[in-house]
Amino acid sequence: MPELSKVERMKLPRQSMLEQKPEERKHNFKEVPFGYTPELAIQEAQRCIQCKIPKCVEGCPVEVQIPQFIELITERKFAEASRKIKETNSLPAICGRVCPQEEQCEERCVLGKKFKPVAIGNLERFVSDYERDNNLTELPEIAPSTGKKVAIIGSGPAGLTAAGDLIRLGHSVTIFEALHKPGGVLVYGIPEFRLPKSIVNSEVEYLKKMGVKVMTSHVIGKIDTVDELLNEEGYDAVFIGTGAGLPNFMRIPGENLNGVYSANEFLTRSNLMKAYDFPNADTPIAKGKNVAVLGGGNTAMDSVRTALRLGAENAYIVYRRSQVEMPARAAEIHHAEQEGVQFILLTNPVRFIGNKDGWVEKMECIRMELGEPDESGRCRPIPIEGSNFEIDVDIVVIAIGNRSNPLVVQTTPGLKTNRWGNIIADPETMETSKRGVFAGGDIVTGGATVILAAGAGKKAARAIHDFVMSKK
Amino acid sequence: MVEVLEHYNIGQSNFKIVLAVPKLVKKAKPGQFVVLRVSENGERIPMSIADMDREAGTLTVIYQVIGKTTALLATVKPGEYIMDCVGPLGNPSHVDKKGKYMVIGGGIGIAPIHPVAQKARENGNEVYGIIGARTKELIFFEDEMRKACNRLYICTDDGSYGEKGFVSNVLQRLIDEGDKPDFILAIGPVPMMKAVCETTRPYSIPTWVSVNPIMIDGTGMCGACRVSVGGVTKFGCVDGPDFDGHLLDFDLLTSRLRMYIPQEREAMKKFQEEVHTPYVGPKS
Ligand SMILES: Cc1cc2nc3c(=O)[nH]c(=O)nc-3n(C[C@H](O)[C@H](O)[C@H](O)COP(=O)(O)OP(=O)(O)OC[C@H]3O[C@@H](n4cnc5c(N)ncnc54)[C@H](O)[C@@H]3O)c2cc1C
Ligand SMILES: Cc1cc2nc3c(=O)[nH]c(=O)nc-3n(C[C@H](O)[C@H](O)[C@H](O)COP(=O)(O)OP(=O)(O)OC[C@H]3O[C@@H](n4cnc5c(N)ncnc54)[C@H](O)[C@@H]3O)c2cc1C
Ligand code: SF4
Ligand code: FES
Repeated sequence: MPELSKVERMKLPRQSMLEQKPEERKHNFKEVPFGYTPELAIQEAQRCIQCKIPKCVEGCPVEVQIPQFIELITERKFAEASRKIKETNSLPAICGRVCPQEEQCEERCVLGKKFKPVAIGNLERFVSDYERDNNLTELPEIAPSTGKKVAIIGSGPAGLTAAGDLIRLGHSVTIFEALHKPGGVLVYGIPEFRLPKSIVNSEVEYLKKMGVKVMTSHVIGKIDTVDELLNEEGYDAVFIGTGAGLPNFMRIPGENLNGVYSANEFLTRSNLMKAYDFPNADTPIAKGKNVAVLGGGNTAMDSVRTALRLGAENAYIVYRRSQVEMPARAAEIHHAEQEGVQFILLTNPVRFIGNKDGWVEKMECIRMELGEPDESGRCRPIPIEGSNFEIDVDIVVIAIGNRSNPLVVQTTPGLKTNRWGNIIADPETMETSKRGVFAGGDIVTGGATVILAAGAGKKAARAIHDFVMSKK
Repeated sequence: MVEVLEHYNIGQSNFKIVLAVPKLVKKAKPGQFVVLRVSENGERIPMSIADMDREAGTLTVIYQVIGKTTALLATVKPGEYIMDCVGPLGNPSHVDKKGKYMVIGGGIGIAPIHPVAQKARENGNEVYGIIGARTKELIFFEDEMRKACNRLYICTDDGSYGEKGFVSNVLQRLIDEGDKPDFILAIGPVPMMKAVCETTRPYSIPTWVSVNPIMIDGTGMCGACRVSVGGVTKFGCVDGPDFDGHLLDFDLLTSRLRMYIPQEREAMKKFQEEVHTPYVGPKS
């Protein structure tokens, strides 16, 4: 490639990934984008002007060395680029797919002022896929055994990251996971068409190869408590990364009718239990003609796009604010629109109406208008009196957020929580109020992002290392 | 993977299976349940704890073959493995001292009341039990229940064994005779639990039932197991499985259990076409 000047590089068009056409993909569960080819990746990487003070890095919660890894791409050193990312982010293949880059690194990218920002997420995805698909993943050096044992509760991004860092430091690490498959939301929540399960599996296999033990079907608080892990089973420290897995309901009439799902149930059936492949997989899922999904986050987009793939004729997003306030990743909203999802905005359901067999058949809604901003900074939606109307639905999916599951907290005396039931932890060390117990991810922050959970796992690993090594 | 140690038919489509889960049984308490997964793409099915042996590290489940997954479970031979057994889940039953503590088990519900009766008696209650089923062949655990209870009454719908009639008829008779319990735990098919609760309602006898809603995780994550108790939505798996039967909305429970009937039929039909024979071992 000829050397291009900075200005020429900035003016190169942003390369998009090839992807399945909306008409086709809305009938299958395969991943939507195919990813970059090496040539496209290099072209995109050339757009980066290698800022001395890279703004993009400031936008990244774990400070991935963005210009450095992008420069390696321009040199065709793809596996090296992936390893550069892994110095601070252990899950690049996942984050490249699910991070809200448009609010993080790409939002800050200087190119974004006049042109489109560098497609940092797409590049991250490309290099990590390249490394994995070509079997270039190297096992890192593992420090000599310290003889210390660490228990990790929960195998979401927080737990996986903490486990990976701790095993490298020479500790013996065991992950306890309640479900039968490790991965947390990455396996039970986020659908195959957005994050292939084989990628999560290969991350888990990688940890196992390094020596991490993974005990699935192990519910802490039931079969073991945190105190038993510490006092009876000889663990020197415990990391709690149990996520925010308790679904919120709307508390309106008709919510227990057949056909009304929590997003967790709907997505767990489809993803973890593979109900989309029923009857080849045994777990069923109800399919609807008219499916309404309530909410505007990633969970809502995943649910509505799953409903389409299960054969819905009309798939609606019903959201009480307007589109700009939707917390979902821009790419997901865009994909949903392309696939024909209908957005019913500034609308809130007030009750579900059932038929004689106990199945939901209609939903009564009320129109909303936006008032003053609330504590979240978003405009508060206010119902418009008398604006009620009904829509026909046969499936409703409630995707209005999750709270933390109290199983561990209730069985762990001395663990302090805030008023939402989240565990209180030091933001730098992830230490909790209980000695030897650390926590991070959604269980501390409430529903947040994969990268924040992974970042918390990383911080905790560092602090756990210091803690167990200073312990006699 | 969990090893199956014993497995045999105990009458019609009822089976007894013994699993090697040493760590789990150390923690398990009467009234709790486990979630089993038989095969890789299999469903997760909740099953009550029917018996446990902490020394041997074994857990007994009694189940009825009613659909694809239970039919598949019935093909697993002793010495073979099932994918998972998670637990113990749910809250233990109330087994503290109540005085006259009655356990009522209908059909497959005889299984979970057995450990409850044992424990309640250990805790100083006068325990009396009523067990009932459609017909003689479906009565199991008679000896075990006689041992666990101070007194045991048996009935069958067709009169082929014990008294003729439903468990609620026996209960009504005992109440009429002045033999009124201080507390009842009734477990069985939804119509049976409902009938028991209607029988005791006029006498205000505290009557608890164990619910069997459709579940996935059993840890509070999905909400599939929603039930309504006194107008408030509860999760069967983490708030129950036992609830005050006088407050429970049985009709909602029945309706929600019917949610997947067409798919369940389809799955069973496909399974039967694939030719599977249940393992019918010798009775011990
Ligand atoms: C549908 C959906 C889509 C999302 N999309 C995105 C996205 O596009 N981008 C993004 O950045 N974020 C997204 N998120 C948010 C992101 O997935 C979470 O913030 C992240 O997974 C939190 O990680 P975690 O490790 O804290 O917990 P989780 O991923 O929730 O994992 C916690 C694990 O702990 C286990 N566990 C819980 N209790 C126990 C117990 N008592 N014993 C043993 N194990 C236990 C759980 O089974 C689970 O496997 C999405 C979330 C959902 C639900
Ligand atoms: C806490 C609890 C304890 C239970 N204990 C026992 C027990 O000790 N012995 C026993 O035989 N059965 C028990 N059950 C019921 C048992 O789980 C179901 O019979 C089993 O899941 C049926 O699976 P299947 O695929 O064979 O049948 P399917 O064809 O799937 O279903 C047949 C019927 O079983 C019910 N059912 C289906 N799936 C589930 C599910 N995941 N959870 C609950 N019910 C379901 C529905 O009413 C359905 O119509 C219990 C259920 C619960 C919730
Ligand atoms: S801000 Fe944009 S152009 Fe600058 S280093 Fe980061 S990605 Fe490259
Ligand atoms: S079974 Fe999922 S919440 Fe109860």
